[in-house]
Amino acid sequence: MTTPSSYDVVVVGAGPAGSAAALAAKRCGASVLLIERGPFPGSKNVYGGVVYPRILGEIIPKWKESVPVERWITRRSTMIMSENSSLTVAVDSEKWNKETPNGITTLRSNFDRWLAQNAVAGGVDLVCSTLATGLICQNGSDKPSTANRVIGVRTDRRDGDVLAKVVILADGVNSLLAKSAGMYPNFAIDHLTLGVKEVLYLGRERIEERFCLEGDDGCDLEIMGCTDDIAGGGFLYTNQDTVSLGVVLSIGDLATHHTRPEMLIDRLKSHPSLAGLLKGGTLKEYSAHMIPEVVIGNWPQLSLPGVLVAGDAAGSCLASGLWLEGVNMAIGSGIAAGRFAANAAKDLESTKWSGYDQSIKESFVGKNHRRFQRAPELVMSDSLQRIYPKLANNIASSIFTVTDPIAKKGVLQTVRSIMADSDISATKLALDALKIWRAFR
Amino acid sequence: MKGSLVDIENEYFNSQGTPWPIRGGPEVSKRLDATHFNVDTKAHIVIDTQVCNGCQSRPCLWACPAELFIAKADGGILFNYENCFECGTCYVVCEGGAINWNYPSGGYGVIFYLG
Repeated sequence: MTTPSSYDVVVVGAGPAGSAAALAAKRCGASVLLIERGPFPGSKNVYGGVVYPRILGEIIPKWKESVPVERWITRRSTMIMSENSSLTVAVDSEKWNKETPNGITTLRSNFDRWLAQNAVAGGVDLVCSTLATGLICQNGSDKPSTANRVIGVRTDRRDGDVLAKVVILADGVNSLLAKSAGMYPNFAIDHLTLGVKEVLYLGRERIEERFCLEGDDGCDLEIMGCTDDIAGGGFLYTNQDTVSLGVVLSIGDLATHHTRPEMLIDRLKSHPSLAGLLKGGTLKEYSAHMIPEVVIGNWPQLSLPGVLVAGDAAGSCLASGLWLEGVNMAIGSGIAAGRFAANAAKDLESTKWSGYDQSIKESFVGKNHRRFQRAPELVMSDSLQRIYPKLANNIASSIFTVTDPIAKKGVLQTVRSIMADSDISATKLALDALKIWRAFR
Repeated sequence: MKGSLVDIENEYFNSQGTPWPIRGGPEVSKRLDATHFNVDTKAHIVIDTQVCNGCQSRPCLWACPAELFIAKADGGILFNYENCFECGTCYVVCEGGAINWNYPSGGYGVIFYLG
C-alpha cells in the first residue's frame, strides 16, 4: 500500500465543466488532478452540435486561435414542421463570422480534448481511463454530510485513492457520486430527455451546395413539431464534411407511445423538407446521451463540505427551446467551481460551502435558468409540440396558396377560418400567448 | 473504428398512419457498427430477471437507444451490455428498479470518436 497522492483540488470528469474547473482552480494557485473515465477527454460525451464559445475568454483569452472548429454558425434557423409542410425562420448574420463568433459546430472528441489540453498546459495533472468509484469522507464512510467533509475520491486504479481538500464532481448527467452522496433529492424522470444522433457524411462540397454555405460558414437548424406523439424536437447542424442530425425526446413518452428513438430519426430524415438535404449521407457514428432539463427549483444540492457539483451533473444545461445551451453553461459553472474550490482549499475550516451555490445562482448560468425557468415545461407542452406547429403551417400555406379564380380571402379571414376549423378557443390562444410571453420575456 | 461506413440508403416503406412516406433506416444493431466499443469483460449493468419477468409495461424495450433489451418469447427480457452508450435511460425509465447501473471500468465501454 502506497501513501495516496494528495491534491488541493481533484476534479472528476474531463468534459467542459471539469476541464474549465481544473484550469480555473490551477490559475488560482491550487494543485489540481483531473480524472477522466474514458480513454481520452470527450470519448464519453455527445451533444447536438453547437458550442457558444464566448465564455472561453474567461479562461483561455486567445481561444479563437486554437479552438477546433468545424464551422462558424452564421445562420440560425428554426423550422416548425407539420405533416406535409414546414415553416422556417432563418436568421443570417454576417456578424457571427470568425472574427466575432456566436456559435460554432465542433466535435466533442476534438473540443473536449482541446479544453483538457489547455488545462494540462496550465499545469493540471490529467489521468484518463480511470473511473472514480466513490468519495472518501473524514469519518471513513462514503456519505458526506454537513458534519462529514469529503477528503478524497476512490478510483478503480490499483492503490487508486486520491486525497483532496476539495472534490469537484463534473461527471455528467449520470453523476453516480453526487447521487450516492444524496445530492439529488428531487430526481425525476421528467427532468431528463434522451438525445439520439447520427453523424452523416455528405462531403464538404455537397454541404456547401445544399445549405448555401461558403468557406467555414455553417448553419444550425432547430426543428419543432417533428417528433410525432413524443414530446421533443429535432436538430440538424452542419460540420465541415458531415452533418449532425438528431432528436431530443421525452423518455417517458417513448414508453407510453411504444415508439423507439430511431423510428423518429428515420421519420425526421424522411420529411420532404429535409430528405433532399440528407440524401446519400452515410452514417459515421450513432450515439445517444441523456440531457438534464432541470429547472432551477429542482436543481441538485450543489455543495456539501469538501465537494462541489458542476456542469450537467449540476443540471446547468439550459434547455429553453429558444436557447439550447449546454457546453457554455457547463464551462461557466466549472469556472465558478474551480475558483471556489481553490479558495476553499486555502482555508477549509472557515469555508462556507453554500457560498458556491450562491455563486452559481448569481452567475450567468443561474440567472439564465431563473429567468427562463418556465420555458422547458412550456416547450414540451402539447400546445407547442403539436397544436401550434400545425396551426402555423396551415395558416402559412393557406396564405401563400393562390386560389384563382376565387379571390383571396386576405390574411385576417384566412386566420379566422383556420382558427374556426381548429379546436383552439380564443381563450386558450390568449392564455398560451401569455404563457409564452412570461416564459421568454 | 470498428465497422465500415453504414449505408443509410434503404428501401422505402410506407408506415401506416404516418403523414409522409417514412424511409426506414437500418436496424439499430447495424447502425451500431459505426460506433466504437471497447467491451469490458465484466457487465456494467446487471438486470434483475425476476423483476423483468413480472413486468407488464417494459418501457426499456422502447427507450433504450441501442436496443439492448429484447423481449423473449417466454415473457422475459434478454439484455446485453456490450453495445451500451452508457446513457442511463434504462435505469431512469425502469419502474421496477430492476437495473443495477454502473459505469464500465476506466477506459472501457463506448468510445465516441466524433460525439
